[in-house]
Amino acid sequence: MNTLTSPAPGGAALAAVPAAPPARAWWLPLVLLLVLAALPTLAQAAGLEFYIGLVRRILLFALAAASLNFLIGDGGMIALGHAGFIGTGAYTVVALTDFGVQSAWPIWAAAMAVSALAAVAIGAISLRTRGVYFIMITLAFAQMLYYVCMTQRQWGGEDGYTLPMRPQLGFGLDAQNEAVMYQVVLALVAVAWGLLDRLRGSRFGVAVMGIRDNDVRMQALGYPVYRLRLVAFAIAGALAGLSGALLATCNSFVSPSMMHWTESAMLIVMVILGGLGQRWGGPVGALVWLGLAETLRQFTEHWQMPLGVLLVAVALYAPAGLATFRLPRRGGAA
Amino acid sequence: MTRSLSSLRAALPTLALATLTAGAALPAQAAPIKVGIALDLSGAFAVPGAEARDGFTLALQQLGGKLGGQPAEFLMTDMGGSPDQAKQLVDRFVQRDKIDFFTGPIASNVTLAVAPSLAAAKVPYLSANAGPSQLAGAQCNPYFFGTAYQNDQFHEAAGQFAQERNFAKVYILSVNTPGGKDGITGFKRRYKGQVVDEVYTKLGQIDYANELAALRAAKPQALYFFLPGSMGVNFVRQFVAAGLSKDITLVSSGFSADEDIIPGVGEPMLGLFNTAHWAHDLDNAPNKAFVAAFRKAYNRYPSLYAAQAYDAVLAMNAAVRDVKGKVDDRAAVVAALAKANYASIRGPFSYGKNHFPVENFYLRMISRTPDGVITNRTLKPVFEKYADAYAAQCPMK
Amino acid sequence: MSATLIFEQLLNGAGYGLMLFLIAAGLTLVFGIMDVMNLAHGSLFMLGAYVAALVHVHTGSFALAVASAIGTMAVLALLLETTVVRRLYGRDHLVQVLATFGLILIADDAVKMLCGPAPLLAPTPAAFATSVELLPGLPYPAYRLLILATGIAVALGLYALVNHSRMGMLVRAGASDRWMAVLMGVRVHRVFSGVFVLGAALAGLAGALMGPVMAVQAGMGEAILIPAQVIVVIGGIGSVRGAFVASLLVGLVDIIGRAFLPPVLRTMLPPAVAADLGPLFSEVAMYALMAAVLTFRPTGLFSPKAA
Repeated sequence: MNTLTSPAPGGAALAAVPAAPPARAWWLPLVLLLVLAALPTLAQAAGLEFYIGLVRRILLFALAAASLNFLIGDGGMIALGHAGFIGTGAYTVVALTDFGVQSAWPIWAAAMAVSALAAVAIGAISLRTRGVYFIMITLAFAQMLYYVCMTQRQWGGEDGYTLPMRPQLGFGLDAQNEAVMYQVVLALVAVAWGLLDRLRGSRFGVAVMGIRDNDVRMQALGYPVYRLRLVAFAIAGALAGLSGALLATCNSFVSPSMMHWTESAMLIVMVILGGLGQRWGGPVGALVWLGLAETLRQFTEHWQMPLGVLLVAVALYAPAGLATFRLPRRGGAA
Repeated sequence: MTRSLSSLRAALPTLALATLTAGAALPAQAAPIKVGIALDLSGAFAVPGAEARDGFTLALQQLGGKLGGQPAEFLMTDMGGSPDQAKQLVDRFVQRDKIDFFTGPIASNVTLAVAPSLAAAKVPYLSANAGPSQLAGAQCNPYFFGTAYQNDQFHEAAGQFAQERNFAKVYILSVNTPGGKDGITGFKRRYKGQVVDEVYTKLGQIDYANELAALRAAKPQALYFFLPGSMGVNFVRQFVAAGLSKDITLVSSGFSADEDIIPGVGEPMLGLFNTAHWAHDLDNAPNKAFVAAFRKAYNRYPSLYAAQAYDAVLAMNAAVRDVKGKVDDRAAVVAALAKANYASIRGPFSYGKNHFPVENFYLRMISRTPDGVITNRTLKPVFEKYADAYAAQCPMK
Repeated sequence: MSATLIFEQLLNGAGYGLMLFLIAAGLTLVFGIMDVMNLAHGSLFMLGAYVAALVHVHTGSFALAVASAIGTMAVLALLLETTVVRRLYGRDHLVQVLATFGLILIADDAVKMLCGPAPLLAPTPAAFATSVELLPGLPYPAYRLLILATGIAVALGLYALVNHSRMGMLVRAGASDRWMAVLMGVRVHRVFSGVFVLGAALAGLAGALMGPVMAVQAGMGEAILIPAQVIVVIGGIGSVRGAFVASLLVGLVDIIGRAFLPPVLRTMLPPAVAADLGPLFSEVAMYALMAAVLTFRPTGLFSPKAA
């Protein structure tokens, strides 16, 4: 099952790692990409333009969920404040647009940078705690960000900020065109997810998983546990920030509610539904959750209840699904 | 992971997508005119929102579900007073349902959040309540009609009254929203006396013990407050319970002294002066008919919000009638709307070039009718044919 | 700011803190003894508020309303415990988050389906709708005095229960070292059920009392849950005494931000900005307090966990 191509330092046998994707399914991501790329044309032909925006939104949450899956599933760090980084990305877009920057690419790059910095700052403090305290501290920081944005009146505060128009894409692309924006989002999400996928199979990714399984042993083996965790935290934060920046660009509207703790909880729900630690966990979870919500919304105003029932059912009756992954409950992680 | 679960996991996304497309493939409408109505049924403005819903419903019933004689479909959905949810709802209305008109939100913050998308999609937005100063001035656009009023106007009228009454010291309390801030700006534009303190409270706040304590310490002659909906109900009751009504005169705009609040408070509100562009005892034929029909349907007097909602539908009806049902020609629809060619329940009014109304404002007082009902009585006009203060800033012709 | 005003505001802060204590006490016991992260505890608070408001409006009796809230929450807790919560013991916190988040969604929609989306009006009981002259020149709303009195009474009752009763001894044993307690023959499951029901009853009581001063609507549970969680962490998971001290601290921080800071800020900043910064201070200060406590006492102020 394991095909490690290079021996880990120290020579000691590492805990079993998720196998690299089996060779026979290598075409799956490409086929998926092609299908998704064809979507706008199909939707426009059928008069269903609304779904371009919906799938775009699902793609962006898939990215955010994938980054959280990396953090929780691979890293063992249960962060209940991930929506805070979506918010830092979104509000970077707001701040730069308000300041007068008009080009999308520097804005998005800045959003990733700001989110990564925020993640480093928050992670530096939070990662010194464990278990439920880590959960609470990450929650606390996200709530602090939420309240700070609520009071920024020049950026709308509680009422939110409307971007007068989308930042420019250059290259002759019209950002106001929904299909164009969709393709840009698809491309960026695909690249980001692909890089994350490679990262998980790299030595860094394997080390992070090792830390998840037994950080004391990894420390004894000489790995810089705290630093590795911090880097993982920063990467996850940066990806969430990209997701937030693109959400802000597509919606042309940003409000602090994007960062409320219930949004962070929703991301965790997506990750668990999709499959904790699984390769496609983030995207599947986002698709199932948002897809179901949208479908149910067409039938009833009370669409939250069936979703709640689903969550309880999954939690109670899918023990096998969630038991493939066990968070260490001894040796420092309470 | 068991095989059954993994296959379930694989099936779920397919199932979701299938249901989505199935939902999308529901029969597309051919002809009816679609009106998107975003309601405040939950959240901070639930009480005014319910009033607006009743006003809309009455108008729809009277028109037989038609606009200008054409079949129409009214999509009424709750957006809970949240600008975020409202934006998502409007995006859905515009892209999936392809609405032709939009109305509904009570609060200015929601209005400001959704107006740009509607303007970009060229969907006329008739506001059944909020009239933010931004949309009356620099950010005006042809698709937004502040059909009800411009925010500051109510408060300017109240400020005028306070100025005429010569209150030496006034304490101001308002909700911390764009509408609240517009309001205080408007009040201070007309009232030139001393403002002891200007306090902004949180939207949706129910408990005012802290503010009342500070108010008691400040000892003003009058309190001008802007707390619409259930915030107003709770505040006035707590104000009276705290024993402050003996020394401090309450002045407010019509929002804090209308039919949605009076039943919740009752006797302590007698004698409260307030200003508004409409009252249910206004003497014109359409209004008398409206009030009678409303009382018959709902067993109570209509509030401002119900009246404005009703009026917005009448305005749409007239516009559709004038363009003979061809609502796809948006420029023509906008021109027809701007003419306001219908009998409004508030009497004669016209639009300024910024698509905000030029109308009368009246002083009202809460008093007891001969039947013992506690309600507003119109005393006299405060302003006649009054335009808003921001029209000059609007670049529209 | 006069002395009477300061005193009045401090009383308001203490009242709010004590209401948070009612919720946090149950939460800390559930978390400390059962190690269950129950996000739906706020929903019990909400349901208690709804039951009390409905009963009060229909019968006119506030006492009956409060009793109904406590009773129905206790029964509901028993049901929940046997069906859902029992299967969450010993599971990952993630699974608990998932299940209890689902319960929040169910509860929010249930009240909207049963009572409509608009907030319910929970009237202040007529007997307490007046003011009591605490000090000359300081009329204080009687209802708030009721809240204060109830909070203190519950605190004393819990203290007696936890420290001077058999049940309390078992609870403390379980909080200190659960496995040892099991090995010593404690009927852990009975204790668990009892603790869960007690926590729910307290949350229901808090909901019934807070109804007249908060908007009774779907989502009110989520708003109160985070301050309660923070109090639990600051006080030490499993410690009722810690929850009490932390609640008062949080109440104090809250009132400073809401009542004492804005007038000071209004002298320097525009009123609308001052109005925003006050509550911001309260929130940030609460989290900063938690971070500070965790830095110096990583398990909270009064953690009962065996060293």
